[in-house]
Amino acid sequence: MARPLTLFEKIWAPHEVHRDADGQSLLYVDRHFIHDGSRTPYKLLADRGLGVRRPDLTFASPDHYVPTTSRDFADVDGEDRKDMVASLTRNTQASGVTEYGLTDARHGIVHVMGPEQGLSLPGMLILCGDSHTSTHGALGALAFGVGASEVAHVLATQTLWQRKPKTMRVMIEGELADGVSGKDVVLALIAQIGVNGATGHVIEYAGSTMEALSVEGRLTICNMSIEAGARAGMIAPDEATFVYLKTKPHSPKGEEWEAAVARWRELATDPGAIFDREIFLDAATIEPMVTWGNRPSEAVPVTAMVPDVTSVEDPAQRRVLQAALDYMGLKSGMRLADVAVDYVFIGSCTNGRIEDFRAAAGVLRGRRVASGVTAIAVPGSGLVRLQAEAEGLDRIFTEAGFEWRYSGCSMCLAVNGDNVPPGKRSASTSNRNFVGRQGPEARTHLVSPATAAATAIAGRFADPRTLGD
Amino acid sequence: MAKFETLVATAAPLEQRDINTDAVIPGRFLRRKREEGFGDCLFRDLRFHEDGSENDAFVLNQPAFREAKVIVANENFGCGSSRESAVFALYDYGIRCVIAPSFGDIFHNNCFKNGLLPIVLPEAEVAALRAQAGTMQGTPFAIDLAAQTVTGVDGVARHFEIDPFRKRLLLEGVDEIDFTMSFEDKIAAFEATR
Ligand code: SF4
Repeated sequence: MARPLTLFEKIWAPHEVHRDADGQSLLYVDRHFIHDGSRTPYKLLADRGLGVRRPDLTFASPDHYVPTTSRDFADVDGEDRKDMVASLTRNTQASGVTEYGLTDARHGIVHVMGPEQGLSLPGMLILCGDSHTSTHGALGALAFGVGASEVAHVLATQTLWQRKPKTMRVMIEGELADGVSGKDVVLALIAQIGVNGATGHVIEYAGSTMEALSVEGRLTICNMSIEAGARAGMIAPDEATFVYLKTKPHSPKGEEWEAAVARWRELATDPGAIFDREIFLDAATIEPMVTWGNRPSEAVPVTAMVPDVTSVEDPAQRRVLQAALDYMGLKSGMRLADVAVDYVFIGSCTNGRIEDFRAAAGVLRGRRVASGVTAIAVPGSGLVRLQAEAEGLDRIFTEAGFEWRYSGCSMCLAVNGDNVPPGKRSASTSNRNFVGRQGPEARTHLVSPATAAATAIAGRFADPRTLGD
Repeated sequence: MAKFETLVATAAPLEQRDINTDAVIPGRFLRRKREEGFGDCLFRDLRFHEDGSENDAFVLNQPAFREAKVIVANENFGCGSSRESAVFALYDYGIRCVIAPSFGDIFHNNCFKNGLLPIVLPEAEVAALRAQAGTMQGTPFAIDLAAQTVTGVDGVARHFEIDPFRKRLLLEGVDEIDFTMSFEDKIAAFEATR
């Protein structure tokens, strides 16, 4: 019998165009997403007099630098940002690449737009010049981020040189408690294995918890794989994946759909396949999580206290943790429930999908954001915004005191003008709590949409499960 | 692409682990054009105070390390964002080599495209090199890519492993796009089967 294979191996092998004697593989890229940080790669092409080899496999949306208060190009903040956004339009038009621009309903953060358009499909090799490209792996694809030079390389050749990474399986078993989401699962995982825990590996998430999780929840988990250092995160496609994809614009149709689903079913990891590492997680033990430090691994349940860093033995580590507490304006032993927040941000490629706004709206309905808290809701795409409005969610947000914005990365990276002022504290559904991520001196705590909503109402970190009891 | 063959230069120690690319270059500088250079943004919020004055405590601001071309870092250097500007900032500032026990994967790949050599060594050896860089301030390290050795202040040549493909391209300064285009027939044949 043939050797049992993993999902990863089943996707890697058929994408190898060539293998170098030194063991590097030249891989063929099925889908390439680009955004408004693509000026440098296009310049690298222009300097060589090269064009885009496969504009038909390349899709663009300006997400990082766009305003979320309007869809008017004139509102892009400043000349240099305008140039980032305008150059994407100019370059995609000249090279024949489809762009979902600011005024297109399909506009969005590329990692929300791709799955939503059916452009990210099982079995594909998907790349983008962005580390959170791991998101797309939730649909049973191999997807990872690359830098500007590699983006140029893919535009020019539709291929990429890669050495085969190692594999890691994360088995998550059991039922998630009410109010606990994919975000809490991935924060709990990173807290367990560390920000370096999966470096050099592609993670496959499996087990009953993943099978029961919605596609949106899976996208959130794969999205944050990179925060554990993983090259990519992926989940075998199943019935939930097929139901999600069936109605998407770019999904195969008719007989092609049937044939594709038959192929996709074969992608699941074979029983007995071997991973370089295996990690186990018990879903029943996971609670709504909040980060307290400057690494995504520094997360505890929202009901807990800021850990005692003075008891950490290694002095170098203790200094780093103490510096994180100082930056965050926290003290060991403080209850998170006593920590007041100034900003609440619901959005990003981690938690900017319809399910995220439904979860937050479920908590916000009939309630008001605490005074002194600035709260913004930023859908991950124009279609998420329209869907939320069709369900009346926008009214729940605005009546609670949230601003209801247009799609974009917004406060996740704070490069479009939406930022958290120095010294202010934010509860954010994004993916990075790094120093300065949401603005110089900004204090970022990562949470799920439900926890963000509960926190907005309480004005301090709050458990979405007990709010209002 | 820029070549890397050998280097004799001062090494600066950077003890903190998990230094992410947001720290190497904050997001607010990413809209610069490549040709404008990124050297002044390197470690911006660590190197400078808010008012623009230098932070004397930061290693690259100390007199002995101002000419450093090597950084001896710690675990997981360059984790986080895929921004290649992190490598541009290091390179434009003058850094040509980073030694660490492990790197963020995307950062590690990006280094090779820009003639910056990332060297992985076991944690204990990196810790020893970091200590040497720190105590023998300004005394140079020697790095030889062809021989795959780092020689610290103690004069001991330590062997490091490197992907032979990446080594070849770096030694010869091969342009990767040109190189891949020499596989055009294979790519076209592969494409025809899809
Ligand atoms: S939402 Fe944040 S993490 Fe996602 S692509 Fe945008 S900036 Fe990057």
